[in-house]
Amino acid sequence: MGYDLDMKVWRGDASGGELVDFTVEVEEGEVVLDALHRIQATQAGDLAVRWNCKAGKCGSCSTEINGKPRLACMTRLSTFEEGETVTVTPLRAFPVVRDLVTDVSYNYKVAEKVPPFAPEPRPADGAYRMQQVDVERGQEFRKCIECFLCQTVCHVIRDHEENKPSFAGPRFFLRYAELEMHPLDTNDRRELAREQAGIGLCNITKCCTEVCPEGIKITDNAIIPMKERVADRSYDPVTWLGRKIFRRDQLPDAQVPRTPGD
Amino acid sequence: MAAPTGTQSPTRARITARSLRTDRWWVYPSFTALVLLAFVVYATYRAFVGEHYFIEPYLTPLYSPCVTTECVEGSAHLGTWVGDWWPLSPAVLILIIPLSLRLTCYYYRKAYYRSFWMSPPACAVAEPHRRYTGETRFPLILQNIHRYALYLALAYNVLLTYDAVMSFKSPEGEWGHMGLGSLILVVNAVLLGLYSLSCHSCRHIIGGRLRSFSKHPVRYRAWGMVSVLNGRHAQLAWASLVWVAFTDFYIWMVASGTWSDPRFF
Repeated sequence: MGYDLDMKVWRGDASGGELVDFTVEVEEGEVVLDALHRIQATQAGDLAVRWNCKAGKCGSCSTEINGKPRLACMTRLSTFEEGETVTVTPLRAFPVVRDLVTDVSYNYKVAEKVPPFAPEPRPADGAYRMQQVDVERGQEFRKCIECFLCQTVCHVIRDHEENKPSFAGPRFFLRYAELEMHPLDTNDRRELAREQAGIGLCNITKCCTEVCPEGIKITDNAIIPMKERVADRSYDPVTWLGRKIFRRDQLPDAQVPRTPGD
Repeated sequence: MAAPTGTQSPTRARITARSLRTDRWWVYPSFTALVLLAFVVYATYRAFVGEHYFIEPYLTPLYSPCVTTECVEGSAHLGTWVGDWWPLSPAVLILIIPLSLRLTCYYYRKAYYRSFWMSPPACAVAEPHRRYTGETRFPLILQNIHRYALYLALAYNVLLTYDAVMSFKSPEGEWGHMGLGSLILVVNAVLLGLYSLSCHSCRHIIGGRLRSFSKHPVRYRAWGMVSVLNGRHAQLAWASLVWVAFTDFYIWMVASGTWSDPRFF
């Protein structure tokens, strides 16, 4: 059964913009992206909205709905109260291109700086082997769809533009953690996580975990484990002494990588 | 005037509202601040009041272990080896340990950064601070000592377990007796023990720091068990905090003669 939905959609570009009112007919079972498409089809043909899979797997339709970073294709209209106005804005941590489309290239620049997987040399038979428990450990991190909702909600860059050059953000701490927990990887990224990725700027407020559409426990399973590994290397006098006594810093499995482009 | 930053940066969508959230996002930080403040006020009063903290066989967790010469007779299970140089209440000396664990705890960091420092007050609600350096500088860089606070807290938990066991004596010192206070002290020791074991640093030390689980099967199993507890860390943090206050209040009431302790056997 159809009904009229009141919406406020931000329209504009970097030079300015405003929330524009729309009333659009929607059907039961539809999502916010459906309503935006109907506005596009019937009232504002030039409304810019990025989307692709419409199944919560491509991460393209990230927007802020009633102030919360969410995927427009996964936000059911039934989650709102009857008569409630639904407000849709672009991601507020990134430069706006037009309407609901933002420039997320900051994330790609950060991604370039993460040292890639560096496996140990292949064994004699040429086959790498991993046990199932080690494979499963990183599986959660590989569910990331790069929607960048965790990045946009993170107050370190959302509220402080000046931190962007020195902070990688939750999505990339996930990447650091995935590689650091990989049994075949030989790089030691702990110093980079501290110095270059700025993990010390994170104050564990767990917003990244709250907004992740894949339900990845970013804070508990990636950021805090990385913070603890950084503490092992940089802040724990006992592990520091252990490294010095057993000369662990000089073993081949403790190589500190150079970042791509260095 | 400094250039606008954050969501008001010139390249971002021009939206002046601090947040467009329509839900009651302020409930969590307000409630958290209220409960934490209430506990701090209560614990501070009880720590400094210096009386009604011991009645055979119960010693309140806020004063355990009582190790200064100021301790009332029978309450110093470990002796008064600190002597009389400590000018404040004996509770203040010992509360440094659980306080350091909770102050540096990854869960409480979320709670108090949101509730007191408003950094941020809630997700996607702009924080009021112009500058932000997180935990990269003094004093917040000291959050990295969390594992040492954990080691001390684990020893403290052993002492609280000892107190719970001692509570199975009668007021005359005979074993094999139990009162409602014994039950309360056992629950207190269990909750505090689980809270410490569910800590993120504990999870890291037990097995999280390993690159390969398959090469360390025993530590992997232990890590799995701690991970289950870790999933309940926030609930355990609250439950143990409230129960400590309740335990102290119960013993305070019994020690002051306001009510008597029901004895089961």
